[in-house]
Amino acid sequence: MAAAFSEEGKKKFDQEMARHPDRQAALIPVLHLAQGEFGFLSQEVMEYVAGIMEIPVSTVYRVATFYTMFNKKPVGKYHVQVCHNLSCSLLGAEDVLEYIARKLNIKVGETTTDNKFTLSRVECLGSCGTAPMMQINDRYHEDLTQEKIDKILNELLTRG
Amino acid sequence: MEFPRILTNNIDKPDSHRIDVYIKAGGYKSLEKALKGMSRDEVREEVKKANIRGRGGAGFPAGVKWGFIPKDSDKPTYLCCNADEGEPGTFKDRLIMEKDPHLLLEGIALCCYAVDSHLAYIYIRGEFCQQASILEEAIEEARAKNFIGQKILGTDFDLDVIVFRGAGAYVCGEETALIESIEGKAGQPRLKPPFPAIIGLFQGPTVINNVETLSAIPWIIENGGDKYAAIGTEKSTGTKLFSVSGHVNNPGVYEIPMGYPFDKFLAEDLGGMKDGKQLKAVIPGGSSVPVMRVEEMENVNLDYESIADAGSMLGSGGMIIINEETCMVNALRILARFYAHESCGQCTPCREGTGWIAQILERIVGGDGKEGDLKDLGELADGMMGQTVCPLSDAAAMPVKSFLEKYRDEFEYFIKNKRSMVTG
Repeated sequence: MAAAFSEEGKKKFDQEMARHPDRQAALIPVLHLAQGEFGFLSQEVMEYVAGIMEIPVSTVYRVATFYTMFNKKPVGKYHVQVCHNLSCSLLGAEDVLEYIARKLNIKVGETTTDNKFTLSRVECLGSCGTAPMMQINDRYHEDLTQEKIDKILNELLTRG
Repeated sequence: MEFPRILTNNIDKPDSHRIDVYIKAGGYKSLEKALKGMSRDEVREEVKKANIRGRGGAGFPAGVKWGFIPKDSDKPTYLCCNADEGEPGTFKDRLIMEKDPHLLLEGIALCCYAVDSHLAYIYIRGEFCQQASILEEAIEEARAKNFIGQKILGTDFDLDVIVFRGAGAYVCGEETALIESIEGKAGQPRLKPPFPAIIGLFQGPTVINNVETLSAIPWIIENGGDKYAAIGTEKSTGTKLFSVSGHVNNPGVYEIPMGYPFDKFLAEDLGGMKDGKQLKAVIPGGSSVPVMRVEEMENVNLDYESIADAGSMLGSGGMIIINEETCMVNALRILARFYAHESCGQCTPCREGTGWIAQILERIVGGDGKEGDLKDLGELADGMMGQTVCPLSDAAAMPVKSFLEKYRDEFEYFIKNKRSMVTG
């Protein structure tokens, strides 16, 4: 079945297309919308976006592949992104990665078999003063300790 | 030391992000003063007198930049507020966006009035989801009270503000890449000239200013540019937000007057070194500035000129404090990995240089360093300076040069002994 925005999504799409002095400025906001609705930007989703925006698929592909936050492959329900840049590394980021990998029984970069968690390394998230830290979907989790990590992951595990 | 809290006056108040709290503290009075009692020229003149320098990292005087906007363009003028905050070690703009978004909005409105712009974009890094929501809410609050929108405060000034989320690209903190990104393209920087003030967003004249820069404008308009210039030093006026991280007891964001002594800052405000360890190195202003040995930071004041004289740069004010137990080879490897990831790929010296440097350092840290590696690193870094469309290449090269210059013994040891001199 071809990708298509829900009614709500279509409304947001129309708003976005109308608000900028140039239509192409809507592309990145629309890709955020699409990722929110479809989970990731598959070839099919990118072709759909190209169609409704009336721009070449290659243009969509170029933009989608340039930006790190756009997922071209599926990610788990909870995308656990641990910063491994300098300040976080000084404060134990590698230990955090190792601990979470062990706890979830996956390697960094992998997704759990139930598709619930993906564990990734990411670059500086602008939270250096509360290192080590991670982003899970839309939320930052800062000042991480093993206890805090346990609490966060256990809550997500029980939430389903 | 007494100085006005220009940027952090409201942040400790409960619900400081709400418009009623902002208004109660005197908020939006500067906008009213400007719209109803000052010409655009007069607003620009105050900002020039203040001599406030761009707080994103380049330190270019904002008043001068605003002056470049042509008055006779047939295209609309735009303001882009740079809220991309991607420089490692930097986390100060988010404080303003989280705790005092109306301060930023008022600064945006004042700038737009001054340069006759009617549409402002806040380009915010995509990962700052919470902060983007807070800004959206604040814009709606401001619109409801007629501080944004049509016929603001009964004058004929119209302004709309759009929060534009990025999608994960450090290079989009560079002003022309930021413009490309808003326009719906990959964030590949443009050659300058032409400068954005002449040809920028949607080909129109464009001002790009950092969050912190714009947030200082309300105070400047309320109190006068001279009063702002009286704070700090002669060439580094006003106050600066330093975001401090690493091995200190009290990491966080601090507003200090320019010229504040580093020794005092570390001992008193930052609470000294964590766990009683010794200070080894300081990166004063974000990962792209030269690293400083502890003895090089002694008696250095925190302003543009003093830090430059000492051999580094104030940059974004993203200060990273490093203790004696840190392997500087590994630290550089981490930074090199970052720049290789973030290079947009457009320019050969950067694309190839960042990648190659990262590979060499990965090998060294993995215990497989070779004799020619340090020579290669030096030559690669030299080949990346001043050779590219944008300064990301220089930003990647400067840590390599400074780490090699100041900690060469650690690198030589690691290559020879296949392990760290510091951490074993």
